[in-house]
Amino acid sequence: MNILDPQGPIGAAEKTILIDSVAIMLAIVLPTIVAVFGFAYWFRATNAKARYLPDWAYSGRIELVVWSIPTLTIILLGGVAWIGAHQIDPAKAVEGSGKPLTIQAVSLDWKWLFIYPDRQVATINTLTVPAGVPLRFELTSSSVMNVFFIPQFGSMIYTMNGMATQLNLRADRPGTFQGLSAHFSGDGFPDMRFDVHVVPLEQFSKWAQEGSRAEKSLDEASYREIAKPSTKGQPAIYHLADPQLFHAIVTQKLPPSPGFQAGVKGADLPAGGADAR
Amino acid sequence: MSTIALTDSHHASAVEREWSGPASKRIVTGYGFWIFILSDMVMFSALFATYAVLLGQTAGGPSGRDLFDLRNVAIETGFLLASSFTCGLASIAADTRHATWFQLAMAVTCAFGLGFLFLEVQEFASLVARGAGPTRSAFLSAFFTLVGCHGLHVSAGILWLLTMMTQVFAKGFRADIQRRILCFALFWHALDIIWIAVFTVVYLIGSAR
Amino acid sequence: MLGKLRWDAVPFDQPIPMAASGVVALAILAVLAWVVIKGHLPYLWREWITSVDHKRIGVMYTLLAMVMLLRGFSDAIMMRAQQSLAFHSQGFLPPEHYDQVFSAHGTIMIFFVAMPFMIGLMNFVVPLQLGVRDVAFPTLNSVGFWLTATGALLVNISLVVGEFARTGWLPYPPLSELAYSPGVGVDYYLWSLEISGVGTLVAGINLVTTVLKIRTKGMNLLRMPMFCWTTLATNLLIVAAFPILTATLAMLLLDRYLGFHFFTNEAGGNVMMFMNLIWAWGHPEVYILVLPAFGIFSEVISTFSGKPLFGYRSMVAATMAICILSFMVWLHHFFTMGAGANVNAIFGIATMIIAVPTGVKVFNWLFTMYGGRVRFQTPLLWSIGFMVTFIIGGMTGVLMAVPPVAFVLHNSLFLVAHFHNVIIGGVLFGAFAGYTYWFPKAFGFRLHEGYGKAAFWCWLIGFYVAFMPLYVLGLLGMTRRMQHYDVPEWRPWLIVAACGAALIMCGIAFQIVQLVVSIRQREQLRDETGDPWDGRSLEWATASPPPAFNFAFLPEVSGEDAWWDFKHRANGQRTPDETPRYRDIEIPRNSPTGFVCAFFATMMGFALIWHIWWMVAAGAVGAFATFVVFAWRDHDEDVIPARDVERIDRSHRARHHPHLGKEVVA
Repeated sequence: MNILDPQGPIGAAEKTILIDSVAIMLAIVLPTIVAVFGFAYWFRATNAKARYLPDWAYSGRIELVVWSIPTLTIILLGGVAWIGAHQIDPAKAVEGSGKPLTIQAVSLDWKWLFIYPDRQVATINTLTVPAGVPLRFELTSSSVMNVFFIPQFGSMIYTMNGMATQLNLRADRPGTFQGLSAHFSGDGFPDMRFDVHVVPLEQFSKWAQEGSRAEKSLDEASYREIAKPSTKGQPAIYHLADPQLFHAIVTQKLPPSPGFQAGVKGADLPAGGADAR
Repeated sequence: MSTIALTDSHHASAVEREWSGPASKRIVTGYGFWIFILSDMVMFSALFATYAVLLGQTAGGPSGRDLFDLRNVAIETGFLLASSFTCGLASIAADTRHATWFQLAMAVTCAFGLGFLFLEVQEFASLVARGAGPTRSAFLSAFFTLVGCHGLHVSAGILWLLTMMTQVFAKGFRADIQRRILCFALFWHALDIIWIAVFTVVYLIGSAR
Repeated sequence: MLGKLRWDAVPFDQPIPMAASGVVALAILAVLAWVVIKGHLPYLWREWITSVDHKRIGVMYTLLAMVMLLRGFSDAIMMRAQQSLAFHSQGFLPPEHYDQVFSAHGTIMIFFVAMPFMIGLMNFVVPLQLGVRDVAFPTLNSVGFWLTATGALLVNISLVVGEFARTGWLPYPPLSELAYSPGVGVDYYLWSLEISGVGTLVAGINLVTTVLKIRTKGMNLLRMPMFCWTTLATNLLIVAAFPILTATLAMLLLDRYLGFHFFTNEAGGNVMMFMNLIWAWGHPEVYILVLPAFGIFSEVISTFSGKPLFGYRSMVAATMAICILSFMVWLHHFFTMGAGANVNAIFGIATMIIAVPTGVKVFNWLFTMYGGRVRFQTPLLWSIGFMVTFIIGGMTGVLMAVPPVAFVLHNSLFLVAHFHNVIIGGVLFGAFAGYTYWFPKAFGFRLHEGYGKAAFWCWLIGFYVAFMPLYVLGLLGMTRRMQHYDVPEWRPWLIVAACGAALIMCGIAFQIVQLVVSIRQREQLRDETGDPWDGRSLEWATASPPPAFNFAFLPEVSGEDAWWDFKHRANGQRTPDETPRYRDIEIPRNSPTGFVCAFFATMMGFALIWHIWWMVAAGAVGAFATFVVFAWRDHDEDVIPARDVERIDRSHRARHHPHLGKEVVA
């Protein structure tokens, strides 16, 4: 999950920007730290060799330098920020080979649902994607806020109920990677982990075809069951019976899923309140 | 707090104007209360910003145009403006130490304030009865909170008003009571200013939607 | 009758809170017993609880902060221990407990450690530095302190009655809405902060008015000590930012209590609006925390270098620039919410701009040491530790202000490392420097230097050992607030971090030992002259501790570093032995208003949390009655007769810089 070992162009660009920014700042920071130690040590009270300048408290030249150094650094970094923010905008499409693949991601309590609307397949807590193909994510949440993050692919994005966010990524090499939720969402939050399998395109198409014939079927009814709070969900695959499911979740035609009601103090629970875990 | 300088010889003015020492209690009290009023205005600004963001979030329910009765709002505005005027008269009476005029002006101010509150409570009750209460939609939550917060401030102001009337009746126009009257007057006028913003942003602009 | 409150609100089945509460209850009872048996209660009531003296209130704020530091730090130790153990394991803290621990840790550290510490130091020092007798509104000052204590009390009560919030130190909806947090935890958080928020606002109004309107003669704004400038900027920020917090938390309360829809998923609520509002407060808040620390460092570095602060006017400009700019950067706390490239870029650049005046300050401190005679006593050690540590923390902050970097580091342990870097390195080191620096002024004896140095080194090394691994963990993809994990690469770093926390614990232990030993050895550590550090500003002209009235005669000032100027001008001149004419001094009378008001506020807060409506009403009536009773008093000042003033003042002058002759104040 090392973000300094990116597996796609977004992550690679972000790593470059990170290292460059640190290098620019270190050029100022390191000499300043050395100066702190240096001045404090040389001008220590016991050092008779150091000149004591008890009234020296102003120098126009030094002021000019002291204001200029941070300003110039910030101008440089500001340029990096402006250009970087535009080039790596999550909503900006990524180039790649082949037709972009749309994946609709829904954060649930406490697992991830991934819907492939063009392939009639959906998965829980596991993501399979073709290498080299632009990935267009549309994301929402069934209840509380979460963040979708695959560290080695780059950018993360919030998921919020009642609206859809966008994220564009690409994975360049086959392999297995890790994703997680990067925003605390309740008791089961640490388990919102998912495997990401990057496979060659033909293998992906085969996988998607088999998945669309899976036994379990995802529609509004089975979605409501899945959306109930649960932890440590096993990866599962469904065939997508309702291609408008994501749209229904985003527009709240399917109401936000309920919270986890047990294990709290002082809650006004209905009689016989849920105690299931 | 006594502010005694060691030397009582007059200092010739230096190149910079010299700070002459701690300000008087009346100035300090008034200044501090102004700072409080500014902070209160920041709080209202947050509520105004929220109202602006949630203006369109009617969740399929009624919007401002369906709900607001501008004639009622005009009367409420009239009451508050008049009450500011009578509050000003009360301040003058306090400055000139006319207890009877002070009590009279304050009583009229109170009456106008209560009239405002009565109309506002009536408006809220009727909205709730029509199913347009604050739990109906985000827009209505924002409306009730912003206007209601102002109403709560008016209620607190009336409580304060009555306390000041009692204080003056019991103890006359002592220096500290005068300072409190100054603060009360500032508070009451500030509420009027907030109301101008409320009826402009909430009712006038809200009715256009 | 008691709302939602029932016996099952007490977590009898959870050993850790029961044990912790038991220990705390015992400690409180022991202290109370000692106070009562030794007959100290009347003294405590008269001299401290009902005091409206800024010096007493300042000490109480600082004491509250230090006690709450112990509570917040025990939460930290629990978190580090949990994360060291919870590899493929549930550790020893189940999620519902762990989530409360990290929420309480952040809430307590920010609202009940950092803020009271700074407000306490500002309260104690500023009137003395301004050459005056007290702040603008002494009784209000007491009210502010006791309301802050109420907030702290409520948070601690949640440990044993009910539960605390499980949402983090900022309760993001929809998780904090009733649907997803049905318990009383979030309510404890909300009411505690609404009440203490009033206290903070009151302190803000007080200190702004004091700095702008209550200064001694000749103290133009540009002759004030730097600490007073940072106090001004801080409290302007408090006045401008805290009302936003009040409004936002009130909206969440309305959602939870009355079914409103500000931030709910349904009926048009807007979660993103909460983020914007809360961070519009939240970013100025971190400057509220750090600006007083900057002021402390300005004082300490110049005093312990024997030189005036370099570039005073530049520092003033930088401070006020930070004050204004802090309101323009809030979106950098949620770059990943998807606002779009232009918005993200603008806020990123604005955030970097704020680094400019901050960098200027660091350089000016550097050049204050240049040409000085630097004395490596504990306050200066904290300052050097701060400069290095804060530079690193600031760098990582500017790094995350570049949106693409935020896209991979947001909410990670890198972020956690950054803000601890600047808060510990900046705010806490500043607090400790100020504590050591002004302790002799407050109590009349210095703190033990050896234990002070030991504490410093443990804290400094402990900090780096605890938090540098967190930077690495952020780069390894670990996100914050994880109760357990299964990535083997993370584990060694978490164990190192736990060792760092243990080192910091040693630092805290040394600080406790230092205090105990210093009290025992107070005669050897006595500050006879009132000026133990060869200081530059007016607080060092008074006795240690200063008399109730601070100055027998308000000094007249004609330049910066007023006290230093006086010492060194008077050195050459022998002034004739004039006897100044002492006069009666009026000081504000003590009042139980603050304490009683806070009592009713605690009652109201607790009752609101548990839906005990009759108790809410009773508390409200009581609070109003308290103010009316206060308003009805006829004498609000006590008079100290001239002969007492003379006696106190002369005994101070006799011990104070005897080589200067009899005339002490210009």
